[in-house]
Amino acid sequence: MPDLEALRDDFPILSRRIGEHPLVYLDSANTSQKPREVMDAIAAHYLEHNANVARAMHTLGGEATEAFEGARAAVAGFIGADRVEEVVFTKNASEALNLAAHSLGARLRPGDEIVVSVLEHHSNLVPWQLLAQRTGAVLRWFDIDAEGRLDLATAAVEGLINERTAIVSLAWVSNVLGTVNPVAAIAAEAHAHGAVVVVDGSQGVPQLPTRVAELGADLLAFTGHKMLGPTGIGVLWGRYDLLAELPPFLGGGEMIEVVTMAGSTFAPPPHRFEAGTPPIAQAVGLGAAVRYLERVGMEQVAAHEAAITGYALAGLATLPGVTVLGPQQAVERGGAIAFTVATAGGLEVHPHDVMQLLDSRGIAVRGGHHCARPLHDRLGLVASSRASGYLYTTRSEVDALVDGVAWVQDFFGRRS
Amino acid sequence: MSVEAMYQEIILDHYREKHHSGLREPFGAQVHHVNPTCGDEVTLRVALAGDTVADVSYAGVGCSISQASTSVMADLVIGRSVADGLALHEEFTRLMHSRGAIEPDEDSLGDAIAFAGVSKFPARVKCALLGWSAFKDATAQALVSEQGES
Repeated sequence: MPDLEALRDDFPILSRRIGEHPLVYLDSANTSQKPREVMDAIAAHYLEHNANVARAMHTLGGEATEAFEGARAAVAGFIGADRVEEVVFTKNASEALNLAAHSLGARLRPGDEIVVSVLEHHSNLVPWQLLAQRTGAVLRWFDIDAEGRLDLATAAVEGLINERTAIVSLAWVSNVLGTVNPVAAIAAEAHAHGAVVVVDGSQGVPQLPTRVAELGADLLAFTGHKMLGPTGIGVLWGRYDLLAELPPFLGGGEMIEVVTMAGSTFAPPPHRFEAGTPPIAQAVGLGAAVRYLERVGMEQVAAHEAAITGYALAGLATLPGVTVLGPQQAVERGGAIAFTVATAGGLEVHPHDVMQLLDSRGIAVRGGHHCARPLHDRLGLVASSRASGYLYTTRSEVDALVDGVAWVQDFFGRRS
Repeated sequence: MSVEAMYQEIILDHYREKHHSGLREPFGAQVHHVNPTCGDEVTLRVALAGDTVADVSYAGVGCSISQASTSVMADLVIGRSVADGLALHEEFTRLMHSRGAIEPDEDSLGDAIAFAGVSKFPARVKCALLGWSAFKDATAQALVSEQGES
């Protein structure tokens, strides 16, 4: 990042202290921090333009609608959508994936197959489990190899994707291993078998330049709060012709065309999938976040993420007893770095103890299964610690992490 | 409240070398308790001999607080009367929920006073209580099954 210190000034929270220590925020895969202009945009909306959208016809209603639809256009541009109407606002990525599962599920027949992977976040697993239970479809999944990448060879031998495959839903970037999955190649294979491809972009869209056409997805879910935006807003992008043929998810206001007591017809996308008053101020905030990211440049964001991840991987590699899960080099790899910690005497330090001790030095990491319990089962672990940076993360913060983990090892290793 | 004050040496000692770890026969009841948010788990057995806690054994995975607390608990309750064991459970639970406001009684709680600092970290209180809750639950079940046999 050319001027990292100036950029960090845009994020007031980064100058906070935790006790006597400066905050070292390494939990951005959980939620990112927000620049001041996102907060300003939300405040300005509430202070000057607040009204409901679409149905309010007065001046403020017009301004609110323009701001809301302007945010939709900003998001569409950010991901290279062909049409603004391809962007559906939801409350988060989980809701976007539930929408996808519900609306695609109307087409499923018993025996149809849904393919996911063992590294999925629960939000891209549980909706498909529920769908399989409802429809009699069969849930299958990609395994991972020793490096933490999808085991494509075994999948090919087993015929994982075949003529029965109706839906393939995969994370673009793993929130634990950091693996960047070869989504475009898998999508091409899935499409050749007539399957619909859903991509969970929760970790990918914030970190990597996104062009939906190149990604190969039919539907792409992501969330605002991991990409500098507020909580309470997510996105489901879909190819327009696919969205146009899908049934609604939630019923209610604003998603209809004509309602009579005998029945209703539904609005075209995106409003068909946006029942009720949407998260208006949150959309405005996400629009501001997207404009901020575009001004920095997603190529720059991705380059910084790769550089800081590589630096952190190299730093952690200097600590015997620390084992990084997933790819060891910052190649085809996102910014989440999950790891386990053992002392020189071989005592495993539990991730909650790692988290607690690092927190006492102002270093915020996550300890647990990171909403990916099946992946941890697959790795023979109960939990792991995870550090994740973003465009504002500095090398000195990574140094603090590495020093902190060494101190944790020493703390638990004394006299053992 | 420093983190060092929470991670007392006694706690780390018990974590490094857990007492009474490993499931043993005979036992009157076995329970399995988990903390779903952190994945701490313990399978715990209690054997009663009349009114006495004859044995407590367990197999657990989890953080140092949960594992050390279970180890200390087993040391404290084995050989005591059931009534004393359950009274200790109550006293320890009260201490954990005190947010640091209670001065622990070393005469009754022994090594368990080391966990007083944990009560100031609300997110970790349930870690400290995992093994104790399992002990209370298993003891209640063992009492029921003993009554059934007599």
